[in-house]
Amino acid sequence: MDITDLTLTQTIKALENKQFTEAELNSAYQKRIGQVNSSLNAFLEVIDTNSGIPVGIKDIISTKGIKTTAGSKILSSYIPQYNATVIDRLIAQNVSIIGKANNDEFAMGSSGENSAYGPTKNPWDLTRVPGGSSSGSAAAVAANMCVFSLGTDTGGSIRQPASFCGVVGLKPSYGRVSRYGAMSMASSLDQIGPLTKSVADARLVLDWISGPDEYDSNCIKKRLTTNDSRFTKSLKGLRVGVPKEYFGVGLDPEVERVIKAAIKQLADLGAELAEVSLPHTEYAVATYYIIMASEVSSNLARFDAIRFGSDRGDFGAEVKRRIMLGTFSLSSGYYDAYFTKAARVRTLIKQDFEKAFEKCDVIVGPVSPTVAWKLGEKVDDPLKMYLMDVYTVPPSLAGIPGLSVPCGFADGMPVGLHLLGKYMDEDTILSVGEVYEQATKWHQEKPKL
Amino acid sequence: MASGETKVMKYEPVIGLEVHIELNTKTKMFCRCNADYFGKEPNTSTCPVCLGLPGALPFINQQAIEDCIKIGLALNCSINEKSYFERKNYFYPDLAKGFQTSQLVLPIAIGGWIEVEDAQGKLTKIRINRAHQEEDTGKLTHRDGQTFIDYNRSSVPLVEVVTEPDFTDTFQIKDYAKKLQQIFRYLDVSNADMERGDMRLEANISVRPVGQTTLPNYRVELKNINSFRFMAQAVEYEIARQIEAHEKGEKLVQETRGWNEDKRVTYVQRSKEEAHDYRYFPEPDLPILKMSATLINEMTKAVDTAKEKDPVKVAEKLVSTGMSLASGASIARNPIKLAIFNEVQKEKSVLDMDWKDFGNFIANREINEENINLVPELTKKQLSDFQSRKSGLISNSKELEALAQEVIDENPGMVDIYKSGKTTVVMALVGGVMGKSGGKADPGKVKAILERLLG
Amino acid sequence: MKLTLEQVKKVAKLAKLNLSESELAKYSEQLSKILSYIDQLNKVETSKIDPTYNVTGLSNAFSPDEIRPSLTQKAALFNAPQQDKGFFVTKGVFQEE
Repeated sequence: MDITDLTLTQTIKALENKQFTEAELNSAYQKRIGQVNSSLNAFLEVIDTNSGIPVGIKDIISTKGIKTTAGSKILSSYIPQYNATVIDRLIAQNVSIIGKANNDEFAMGSSGENSAYGPTKNPWDLTRVPGGSSSGSAAAVAANMCVFSLGTDTGGSIRQPASFCGVVGLKPSYGRVSRYGAMSMASSLDQIGPLTKSVADARLVLDWISGPDEYDSNCIKKRLTTNDSRFTKSLKGLRVGVPKEYFGVGLDPEVERVIKAAIKQLADLGAELAEVSLPHTEYAVATYYIIMASEVSSNLARFDAIRFGSDRGDFGAEVKRRIMLGTFSLSSGYYDAYFTKAARVRTLIKQDFEKAFEKCDVIVGPVSPTVAWKLGEKVDDPLKMYLMDVYTVPPSLAGIPGLSVPCGFADGMPVGLHLLGKYMDEDTILSVGEVYEQATKWHQEKPKL
Repeated sequence: MASGETKVMKYEPVIGLEVHIELNTKTKMFCRCNADYFGKEPNTSTCPVCLGLPGALPFINQQAIEDCIKIGLALNCSINEKSYFERKNYFYPDLAKGFQTSQLVLPIAIGGWIEVEDAQGKLTKIRINRAHQEEDTGKLTHRDGQTFIDYNRSSVPLVEVVTEPDFTDTFQIKDYAKKLQQIFRYLDVSNADMERGDMRLEANISVRPVGQTTLPNYRVELKNINSFRFMAQAVEYEIARQIEAHEKGEKLVQETRGWNEDKRVTYVQRSKEEAHDYRYFPEPDLPILKMSATLINEMTKAVDTAKEKDPVKVAEKLVSTGMSLASGASIARNPIKLAIFNEVQKEKSVLDMDWKDFGNFIANREINEENINLVPELTKKQLSDFQSRKSGLISNSKELEALAQEVIDENPGMVDIYKSGKTTVVMALVGGVMGKSGGKADPGKVKAILERLLG
Repeated sequence: MKLTLEQVKKVAKLAKLNLSESELAKYSEQLSKILSYIDQLNKVETSKIDPTYNVTGLSNAFSPDEIRPSLTQKAALFNAPQQDKGFFVTKGVFQEE
C-alpha cells in the first residue's frame, strides 16, 4: 500500500487502526514531495512535519510564523503574525501544514502562470498548465504531495484547477467559510474551499472549516447539514438541470462528449434531467471582471511598503492590470456606467439561478470549455484567458456552491463535472458527487509521474 | 485687509461646518482592540484589522452604531431604516487599509436641526445634513525628513456631523460647538475634548452679495484647526479675505486652507486641481445596517433620559433649591460636585438643611477629585465640614478680639498703610484672622472688630 | 470604450502605480480591448434592477464592545521594512494630515 494514495477518510481510519503512525504518514508525504516538487513547483515552502495529517495550504492564506507570499514578489519575505480562521480550525482537527502551495499572484489567473515564483506544472502533462489560481493546491493533491489542500475560489480558482488536475474541488456558498486570513482579492466573491482526493473528503473538510466566525461579518450563522442520506446509491428523485447556455460556442467537442456522458450516467443512476436556462450567462465574464477588479483595486491599496511588503512596483503585470481596470471602473464619471451597471447585471445573473432552481435540485455542466492548455499558450492575451472562466464565474457572482468532480478524460487530460447547488445547499451537490464517484471511480485515476 | 462697515453690508458669509467626534467606546470601530490610545506606547493597541494586514476583515462595533444613532436623534435627525458603509479610497501613510471605511450614500442619520445664538442673542435654526459613522486614522509625527507612524488610533470610531451652510457669523459657530460638546457629554458618547482631538472642526466658507439666495460657485474648506479660538480667527480672516477679493473683482476658487497661528493668516493646503477622486463604493466586507423601530425607540428613550443630564436643565433644578444662579451652573458642570449634592439630598438626617447655603458652599469648595467612586466618602467630608463650619463659628467676641490684636501686632507695615488711608488693606488682615481661627470665624464680624481696633 | 494614454496615466496615479512608458502603452491597448468587451453590458436593460453588492442577505452583523487582546508591539512591527522605537517609519510626508 502506498500511504500517499489514501484519501483523507481512509487515512484517518488507517491511523485509528494503527496501520501506520503519524510519523510514518508524514515521512511518506515528505518523501513524495522530495521526489516530485522540483518538477511540479507545486509547493513554494515545505515544512518539516512529523505528526498530524499533512495538508497543503494555498500561499494566499495566512499561516502564523510560516512565510506567506500570495505568489507575489511584494510579499517575498512576509511572515504572518496571525493564523487565518480556517488554519486554526484545521489545527484543532490534528492537521499539520506540510506545504504552502503555489498560486497565481494574489489569486489572479486561470493557469498558475502568474506566480512570481514560476508556474506550477500539470502532473498529468508537465508541458501543460494545472489551471489556476489554486494551481499548487490542485497539483499537490493530484500528485499525492498531501492528503488534501485548501484553495480559494473567486471566479473558479478551486474548481477549474481541480478539473484540470483530476481532483475534487469545492467552492462553498459565499458566507459558508470564514475568509479571515485569506488575503482578499474580491471581497464579495472570495471563498476558501477544499481540494481533495474524494467527494467524501471534501464534505469532511468543509465540515471542519465552515461555520460562523466573529472575524468575518459575512459568515452565515447556520451550520452545515451533513450526511444527508437522501441519495446513497441511487439518484432517484433528483432533478438535474442542464443549462443550454453551458453547451454553446467555444465548448471543446471532446470535453462536451465527456460531460454529456457524465450527465447520462446521472440519468442512469435515476436522476431526472431537465433543460434549464441561464439567459444572462453571456454577460457574466464582463460583469465579473468589473466587480472583481473594482474590489481588487481597493483591497490591494494596503500594500504600501509601510507595515509589510515591498514597493507597489513589485506587483506583477496581471495584478497591475486588474488594479488599473478596477480603479478606472470606480473613478468619477465612470462609476455608474461600469461598477453600478455590473452590480445590476449581477442581480440578473443571481435571479437566473433562482429561477432555474425552481425546476431542479442541482445544475450540471462543464467546469471549463477546454482541458488544460499548454504552458505559455494564452499568456499574451488576457481577454482570451478571462473568457475561459465563462462557466465558473456565474455561480460565483450568485454566491452559490460549486463542485468539480473528475468525470473522464479528453485528449488524455482530466475533465471535471461541474455540480452547482442552491445557496447554502452544499449537502445536495456533495451527495450527488458521492453517488456519481462511487459509480464511476474516475477519482481513482492517478497521473504517472 | 479691508473690513469697513459699508463693505460688510454688501456681502454676507455662507458657512457650513463639519465636526468629527471621536466616540468613547471601549473598543475600536471595526476590531476589538482597546480604543483608548491616549498616552500608550506606539503600536501596542493594534491587530491585523486596524493595521490593515493582508487577510484581515472588519467587524462592526455595536456600541458605536448606537452612539451614532443617539447623536442623530439628539440633533433632531431621522434615522435611515437602511444604511451601509462605503470605502473611501485614497493613499496616505496614516490610512492602514488604503481606504477609510465611511458612509456616503446612506448615512445613519439625516435631516436634523439645532438652534444657535448669534452675537445679538437671536436664535437661528441650523440644519443638520447628516451624522455618519466612520473611523479614525493612525497618528503621524514628522522628524528629520521621515514620518513616524503609530496605529493605536487607527480605526477608533468617529462620527461626522455635517451642517447645511446656514451659519452667518463666528458667534454662531462658537455656540454650535459649545452645544454639540454639551450634547456629546450628556449622551456620554464622547469626552468631546478639543485639545485632545476628541472633537475636530472643519468649516466651509464662501461669501455672497446680500440678497443673493443661491450658493456661491466656490467654497473654501478650513481644515486641521484644533481649537475653537483659532477656528473663529481663521473664519473671521477668511470672510474678510474673500470679501476683499470680491471687491477687487478677483475670482475665488475651491480650495482647502489651513491656519498659520504665527502669521495669523490662512494658507492654501490643496487646490481644486489636486482634489481627490475617492472612488467610494459599498464596503463588500460588511452587511448592511437595518434600523428596526424597536431599536430606534430604545435609542430615543435613552436620549430622552440623557437629556435630563443636560447642564442647563440640571442648573435650573439646582437653582430651584434656593442656591444662586452662579452656584447652580457651577455645580451642574462638575459631575463630582453634582453627585455630592445629590447624595446629600438623599439623606434623611439633613431634612432641615439650609439648601441655599449648602449649595453655595459646595459650589465654592475646591474639590479636585475626579474618581466618581469616591463620592460617598467625599460627601461625608463635605457634609461634616459644612456642618462644623455652621456650628463651630467662634461667636465669642473676646476670643476674636484677641486673635485680631495678634494679627495687628504681627503686621505693623499693613497697619501703617491702613492708617495712611488705603483702608482696603483691612481685608488682608481679615484673612490673617480667618487663618488663625481655622476658618471658624465670621469674616464680617472680624472686619468690624479690626476696624474698631485700628481706630 | 477606448482609453487614451492620458486617461491611463491618470488612473495609474489614482492607483499609486508608477508605470513605465511601455507599461502605459500596453495597458492603454489591453484595457481598451477589455473595456470594449465589457461594453456589451450596455445591451442589458437594468433600469428597474437593483444592484447586488453582497449576496448573503445578512444585516446588522455586530460585535459587542468588549476588548480582546491586541498584537504585541513586536508582532505588529514584525514585517515592517523600517521601524524605530516602536514606530513604523516611512519617507517624509509633510502635506496636511
